[in-house]
Amino acid sequence: MAEKIATREAYGNALAELGDKYDFVVLDADLAAATKTSIFKKKFPERFFDCGIAEGNMISVAAGIATTGKPVFASSFAMFAAGRAFEQIRNSVGYPHLNVKIGATHAGITVGEDGATHQCLEDIGLMRTIPGMVIINPADAVEAKAAVEAALNINGPVYMRFGRMAVPVINDTPDYKFEVGKGVNMVDGKDVTIVATGIMVNMAIEASKALAEEGISARVINIHTIKPLDKELIVEAAKSTGAIVTAEEHNVIGGLGSAVSEAVCEACPVPVLKVGTEDTFGRSGKVAPLLEMYGLTVANIVAKAKAAIALK
Amino acid sequence: MEQAKLNSLKKIAANIRLSILEGVHSASSGHPGGSLSIADIITYLYFEEMNIDPKNPKMPDRDRLVLSKGHTAPALYAALAEKGYFDKADIKTLRQADSYLQGHPDMKGTPGVDMSTGSLGLGISAACGMALAAKLDGKDYRTYALLGDGETQEGQVWEAAMFAAHYKLDNLCIVVDLNGLQIDGPITEVMNPTPHDKKLEAFGFHVIVIDGHDFEQIEAAFAEAKTVKGKPTAIIARTAKGKGVSFMENQVGWHGSAPNAEQYAAAVAEIKASL
Repeated sequence: MAEKIATREAYGNALAELGDKYDFVVLDADLAAATKTSIFKKKFPERFFDCGIAEGNMISVAAGIATTGKPVFASSFAMFAAGRAFEQIRNSVGYPHLNVKIGATHAGITVGEDGATHQCLEDIGLMRTIPGMVIINPADAVEAKAAVEAALNINGPVYMRFGRMAVPVINDTPDYKFEVGKGVNMVDGKDVTIVATGIMVNMAIEASKALAEEGISARVINIHTIKPLDKELIVEAAKSTGAIVTAEEHNVIGGLGSAVSEAVCEACPVPVLKVGTEDTFGRSGKVAPLLEMYGLTVANIVAKAKAAIALK
Repeated sequence: MEQAKLNSLKKIAANIRLSILEGVHSASSGHPGGSLSIADIITYLYFEEMNIDPKNPKMPDRDRLVLSKGHTAPALYAALAEKGYFDKADIKTLRQADSYLQGHPDMKGTPGVDMSTGSLGLGISAACGMALAAKLDGKDYRTYALLGDGETQEGQVWEAAMFAAHYKLDNLCIVVDLNGLQIDGPITEVMNPTPHDKKLEAFGFHVIVIDGHDFEQIEAAFAEAKTVKGKPTAIIARTAKGKGVSFMENQVGWHGSAPNAEQYAAAVAEIKASL
């Protein structure tokens, strides 16, 4: 297995590295040590501003800075960025389409022991409903770093979703290319397509291997950009495999599964089964048992893949 | 203040009040009370205080104004039109579906609007961001934010106040329009946010309390704000909601309702007679 690194760590490293090349400001709300913006702060203290525990103010401050032409990253846990500061993101950033990048870390149940209040399972859904918002959920450190630079090259709001847990690096290939809005075909297959995002991409690849052992050919697509969604690729996969399973560390309501269902319904209706948290809150625990309890497993992807094929 | 200058400001303020009424009457909706209460302050800002150029609304080094009490957009639009940012005839299109004059300020659609606002409490934070950016860039432009007194019930106002003092934003000047009324009644009865002076002082602001309809006091306050170093300034402007139209003054009902034809005519006559 390749090395493991958390996407939040890659985010902090990318900010520090890109700080030489781009003129931007970084804000945090008393979580710099956890969101890893502290890595940027150490290198560029004059461009880092702690806003204290006041996420709503932080987002609107970011908007104000952005009006002057300077890109801004604003970071907190996904729960307090997308959740607590939703209205500031919508009205101060989204409505005027300002150049603010929201670096939301500790998304999903892999937050672990802190439990339900800190495990954001609805941020993709919330952000998806804001017009003009770009949403990127990287699968590994390579993709996270690429996403940060891609975000800097977009003149408008971007929501980036990072995780707490160290995850395997799966994109460390020489020809790796990151393109906003383009899904990535990870594994070819003809019986079913697993459309995954974030930490579930690696599990989807593992699931395709397990399915192959049972004679089922599963395609795997990595959707790192949930909005704008690569509808063309999704619809092509729906047509060619006739069944889809989505996999995400998010509520099955509102996230990737919903986005894929919407795209497929309009162009090529096929069964779409969803792996994600089933409209429930998380709880405290170590990551491994939590993933098991909430069905975010290779085994559940395999089971849903078979069920989706049976519906064809 | 010289008499000629005072007369000129009064005339502009009267025109701005006429435009506020025209816009709100044409739209049959909007917020005349709080627009009229800030008419004199906004007049002074746009016609004396701020370094701006209506021919170049996005001038990088311009002074900025964030109308944190965004519902009083009619006052902002009136000032911008009077200043020449756009055609005064367009005031009549306020709040219409094909107009660029939205019910609350839209920086993307309206020349001269520095920040989209409307949801209370958000504007002062954005103003903090602008002031911080000026410091970062070594620019000497100033940022102004106009807040409602009811708006100060929003917690974010105090988050922003902490931020402004913490980062020593002496290039930021906020004005609290203390007209004493909000939708549900007197601010002290709905949810008492007073005393603003003591609270803002405690938060680290330099505080100046003025009569918000007295141009000499307004002028002195903005001049004083510019001399303050190391902390932001808050001007607490005691005003009358609906100022200039006797039947609207200090009447909470005129927070968010438009005058009918008869009331509009009476209001216009009264303002014109005042000149």
